[in-house]
Amino acid sequence: MPKKILMAGNIAIAEGAILAGCQAYFGYPITPQNELLEHMAKRMPEEGRVFVQTESELAAISMLYGAAAAGCRAMTSTSSPGFSLQQEGISYMAGAELPAVLVNVMRGGPGLGNIGGAQGDYFQATKGGGHGDYRLINLAPASAQEMMDLTMLAFELADKYRNPVVLLTDGFLGQAMEPVIIRQPVTELPDKPWAITGAAGRPKNVINSFEMEPANFQPRVSLLLQKFERIKQNEVRYQGIHLDDASLVIVAYGSASRSALTALKMARQKGLRVGLLRPITLFPFPYQILADLAQKVSDFLVAELSSGQFIEDVKLAVGLDKRVELASQYGGVPLAPETILETIERMSKVTIGR
Amino acid sequence: MVRELEKYLRPGIGVTTYCPGCGEAILMGLILRAIDELGLNMDDMLFVSGIGCAAWIPSPYFNADTLHTLHGRTIAFATGAKLANPKLKVMVISGDGDLADIGGNHLIHGARRNIDLTVICANNMNYGMTGGQVCSTTPVGAVTMTTHQGNPFPPFDLCRLVRAAGAVYVARYAVTQPLPLIRSIKKALQTEGFSFIEALTPCPVQFGRRNKLGKPAEMLKSLMARCVMKERAEKLSPEELKDKIITGEFTDGRD
Repeated sequence: MPKKILMAGNIAIAEGAILAGCQAYFGYPITPQNELLEHMAKRMPEEGRVFVQTESELAAISMLYGAAAAGCRAMTSTSSPGFSLQQEGISYMAGAELPAVLVNVMRGGPGLGNIGGAQGDYFQATKGGGHGDYRLINLAPASAQEMMDLTMLAFELADKYRNPVVLLTDGFLGQAMEPVIIRQPVTELPDKPWAITGAAGRPKNVINSFEMEPANFQPRVSLLLQKFERIKQNEVRYQGIHLDDASLVIVAYGSASRSALTALKMARQKGLRVGLLRPITLFPFPYQILADLAQKVSDFLVAELSSGQFIEDVKLAVGLDKRVELASQYGGVPLAPETILETIERMSKVTIGR
Repeated sequence: MVRELEKYLRPGIGVTTYCPGCGEAILMGLILRAIDELGLNMDDMLFVSGIGCAAWIPSPYFNADTLHTLHGRTIAFATGAKLANPKLKVMVISGDGDLADIGGNHLIHGARRNIDLTVICANNMNYGMTGGQVCSTTPVGAVTMTTHQGNPFPPFDLCRLVRAAGAVYVARYAVTQPLPLIRSIKKALQTEGFSFIEALTPCPVQFGRRNKLGKPAEMLKSLMARCVMKERAEKLSPEELKDKIITGEFTDGRD
């Protein structure tokens, strides 16, 4: 039997990063991700690796840029306001094609908001977030186990595509404790001949994110866009539950999908044919999967912890002729399964009457 | 809070967010006493704070216009508000993490411009609100949630830093020195230009507990014992000054 350990989601991320060979971590205190920072403060020195509590999230993203450019597997973690502060650096990293892992344990916003869990950074994380034409790979765990597993995957994808990867999670999942199977550590890290490691014996490397001539910059951005297309083709991940016979499909990610799963079970007990589609990658978004589902299902219910962000991608995928309703909470308030169930029941009644 | 000062608090404020034994509630009272003794009308004042425990001192508790801003940028917000409304007496009250760590750049540039602000930095030597992490003011060797083996880095001397950057009034007192601290706040409020007071305040729950500094009363007593007035410190040997904190006025704009 593999060893299972009870741990909070934030700790599972930290341990996942260590297993994935994260050589350097930079972070700044902000609730609700502090356990992650504090765990790294203890564990990274134990492993003989780098931990720095920085003077700000700006310093963290900049140190991350430096470590990634130097060929390190590196990570930073923060929560919503800190993630906003890091956007300039993230845009530069995407432009310079630097692999790194960015953890955002989302909380209620806008502004200082509060320290409750939320998913209000969806647009910011999945559509770019900073300035310019770029995308970040977004992974959305829904359990402590996935906090570990997807953190490990985040490092793999970052190196594979030379692109920053966001682990987009929230305060509820970060704080909740669940059993986690500890994975095998990654032992072989990829070569990074592009890294700035000292130029002895090889051509000199340049890492930047600019070309002064607009005519020269456009081809560079084109290469980025081609990369994002490859990511869209190869990296879509999702989980489907009871989709085969579903007449109504809930679409939800992260902690909202946990509420949705409970609502699904309650609805099934009432004889309602409800399914769940849970995107694991938010970029790339499973548009085609949803579009295919929409060939046989016409009712969709989006459950999210934001006031209608994620639903826009669902609508884009299933088309405007489908019925897409929203069950949401925002501002740091959890989404009760009963709230989702009420919407399911209302939608089901109308469907029967139609 | 004594009854006579309650008029300075927003109606309906019953309890504060401060942990038991926190020094920042003492500091809150001392700031209000200084304002009261000067006979200032709070309607002619503006209080600006950032994010952290100390930022709660004016906002939302003070019965005045308060601007609760984003983490670290407090001095910049206050600069904007002062320039828009030069007649207002603008007071910044925030913590060491907010003003000196993430906001360090704005702190030195505020001092360099010598903009007319009264800045009170409540220094509890760690990040209290987020659970007790290391700060740029944490003493060497101190145990925090992110320095399990003890802090390896020397802390800022905030007063020297801000003075070097150009502030006209710079002082440091602990909340265990209430009378000099009240006098200092009054002087800072009456000084034109950038005034900075570092107010040392014990954080028993996050900092004291992990460093075995005892109960709140013991922390206050040890702070009292460690603080030495500048004039007395000049007569002490380096041996005698070990572990002491030098308090007093470091410049009052005349030198």
